[in-house]
Amino acid sequence: MSTFTPLQSLIGGLLIGFSTLLLIRWLGQIAGISGIVGQLWSAAASDRAWRFAFVAGLLVAPLLYALFTPLPAMQIATSTPWLIASGLLVGFGTRLGSGCTSGHGVCGLSRLSLRSLVATLTFMLTAMLVVWLVRHVLVAG
Amino acid sequence: MVMLIALFAGVIFGLGLIVGGMTNPAKVLAFLDISGDWDPSLAFVMLGAIAIGFFAFKTAAKQSRSLLGLPMQLPASHLIDRKLVIGALLFGVGWGLAGFCPGPAVASILVGGAAVWIFVASMLAGMALHTLAVRRGWL
Repeated sequence: MSTFTPLQSLIGGLLIGFSTLLLIRWLGQIAGISGIVGQLWSAAASDRAWRFAFVAGLLVAPLLYALFTPLPAMQIATSTPWLIASGLLVGFGTRLGSGCTSGHGVCGLSRLSLRSLVATLTFMLTAMLVVWLVRHVLVAG
Repeated sequence: MVMLIALFAGVIFGLGLIVGGMTNPAKVLAFLDISGDWDPSLAFVMLGAIAIGFFAFKTAAKQSRSLLGLPMQLPASHLIDRKLVIGALLFGVGWGLAGFCPGPAVASILVGGAAVWIFVASMLAGMALHTLAVRRGWL
């Protein structure tokens, strides 16, 4: 059971939008997490520091949040072998496809990029298909 | 200043993921489960983010330099090729299996425990594998 939280989710989205605004307007960079993380080490030295600073911010965000109010529950039901498979696919796939939910989904769609729309529809529909297979076909069957 | 803005942007992004519900894989999977007990909340995350992003990029596209004088790194590619689609397909399978995409997973490293570490370590391995494949000329 998952509760519908339109207002919190909208506020969360506005915060994410504000963060992408900061990155593009002040640093001239795209807030794509798979790109930022994937190029932490491979980027040129001059292009590396801001990536580490951004990731450091991501890491401490839940600690700051927890200072004011308890963190929302994190429910992970996936077994270890599937977590590993999932991680490998997410890591390899986002680098091959040059982006994830943030780079293509948020920044790309905001830029009205057809390339990002194709990517976003592809990973969204694929993920929905996988969830349908896992939850309603394999289990029920 | 660059570092400060990047750090601040990272904190805001992370808070947005938490407030929006993206850091709970069960909620992400409930969003993806359209034929089940569907929770459409995460569509509102996209809506909020794009509402601001649209204007941010509209302004940014007209500038050649950022407010700190750095070059605008807007993606130049419009290519819709096999790499884009296969990459998105693989990512979609991974996302649907566990409900983690890169942002929420990284933002949960310090608070999520072993399952998050296993996922992030595997994700970094997947990324490294891609780098290796490119360097070897396999892709």
